[in-house]
Amino acid sequence: MRSVVTAIRKLTRRRGILPGFRLTLGFTVLYLSLVVLLPLGALVLRSMQLSWAQFAAAVSGPRALAAYKLSFLASLLGALINLVFGSLLAWVLTRYRFPGKELADALVDLPFALPTAVAGIALTAVYAEHGFIGRHLVANGIQVAFAPAGVVVALTFVGLPFVVRTVQPVLLDLDPALEEAAAVLGAGRLRILARVIAPAILPALLSGFALSFARALGEYGSVVFISGNMPLKTEIVPLLIFTRLEQYDVGGATAIAVVMLAGSFVLLFGIHAIGMVARRRPARSEVLG
Amino acid sequence: MNASSSSAQHALAPALREPVLVRAALIAVALAFLALFVLAPLAAVFTQALEKGPLAYLRAISQPEVRSAMWLTLICAAVAVPLNVAFGVAAAWAIARYDFPGKQLLNALIDLPFSVSPVISGMSLSLLFGAQGFFGPWFAAHGLKIVFAVPGIVLATIFVTFPFVAKEVLPVLQAQKSDQEEAALTLGARGWQVFLRVTLPRIKWAVLYGVILCNARAMGEFGAVSVVSGHIRGRTNTLPLQVEILYDEYDFAGAFAVASMLSLLALVTLAAKKLLALRAREVRP
Repeated sequence: MRSVVTAIRKLTRRRGILPGFRLTLGFTVLYLSLVVLLPLGALVLRSMQLSWAQFAAAVSGPRALAAYKLSFLASLLGALINLVFGSLLAWVLTRYRFPGKELADALVDLPFALPTAVAGIALTAVYAEHGFIGRHLVANGIQVAFAPAGVVVALTFVGLPFVVRTVQPVLLDLDPALEEAAAVLGAGRLRILARVIAPAILPALLSGFALSFARALGEYGSVVFISGNMPLKTEIVPLLIFTRLEQYDVGGATAIAVVMLAGSFVLLFGIHAIGMVARRRPARSEVLG
Repeated sequence: MNASSSSAQHALAPALREPVLVRAALIAVALAFLALFVLAPLAAVFTQALEKGPLAYLRAISQPEVRSAMWLTLICAAVAVPLNVAFGVAAAWAIARYDFPGKQLLNALIDLPFSVSPVISGMSLSLLFGAQGFFGPWFAAHGLKIVFAVPGIVLATIFVTFPFVAKEVLPVLQAQKSDQEEAALTLGARGWQVFLRVTLPRIKWAVLYGVILCNARAMGEFGAVSVVSGHIRGRTNTLPLQVEILYDEYDFAGAFAVASMLSLLALVTLAAKKLLALRAREVRP
């Protein structure tokens, strides 16, 4: 008993001379527990009330498997598209000057600011049969709205800012002297891109990709309007959870939600690990410099 | 000296920047991507909203149901934003200024609401406070309805906007040393005075930035709010939920009219963000 008390004392003793440690940490932990951990704990607890057979049946039915597959592949594809075009956007916005640059830079954040339901109906309007892009796609036999491609479009939209906003500051901070040194030593442009710039932005690219992927996995609002929500075909995991809830199948919804939550945890800690590695290890270009 | 260095620059130029055609092509591809995925949907909202003329637009946004949805949206933001500001500043202070075991874990857990699907956030609240939830019966016995009522919607909003302020303030505090606060303390200032006079002025732009992002998400949240709302017309609908209802009833002009209000909010958010960023660039040499 006494050892517990001393351990708590040790944990909560004043650190440094700045006041407010107990107050701020206490409030932080209390608020985090009440607002986030308690509800998520309720979810995990509720799933434990299911028998193993019930749990297995809920998470491995054909409809659930189809939903995992679609959610995973569409999120992956969306994140890959964002990896390519997001890094291109970051490059163009940091390195070149062109009219409308500030506007383009501001627009990158629109997917953060626009409510997902609005994004959903707007993307549907654009990419559906009579929409002003969808019209041309459908004429060429490409169906986007109410098809898996629509899910990818919506998930690309919501993940777009992540890669740009993680890569942009790294490109801005990159010392031009490194590139000049490489040029003086005789490297050509492509070699400098591959050996100086690419290694420096690699951690940022990775974490932008992972953030974009994680956001896409959980996305609901923008997808439900454009996907058509056909079971086995265009039904994403969050929608399946929602459908189960509306059918009063709370157990089934909880089981699938726990599987998804576990995936989110793995991703979250992976993202933090990438961030910590990136901060600890100097980018290779700095070593070269 | 000068001439030789500039001719050296000239010789190195091909290795330091792309040919002009490549540059133009890269800019064109990047902007085309942005236009296709971001500008096109934004334009679609406003063209669809005004398709039946300005009068129909005004009629659509002055419906009583839209007005009550607007109120509920404002209430959600008015509760969620101040709470998350208080939390965000406290959490950033604790993490940036002290070392304690479990700090990295705490830092990662703060991000949790960003990586949990909004549907799961809403659902876990209804498992806690719903009719069959863990605390539901207790609240019901005391005459408090949480799920399918306004408190649930506010709670869901708090959950999904939880990390915004903390995420903006933390890096700013981490980048500053605590010597100014320590100096104030040795000069006899009290804890609250140090916070209000020394710390707050140095983090105010980060707090404001967080408030802007937090507010945009609070007013725009859809998935989490949708699970706990129960869609009671005129009572538990926020603006994004109203968009869905009108859309599902094939009242497209109405849905896009409400959506255009939310899009204006998003544009104001972007403009405010940009202004703050430009300001920060001026302040920081």
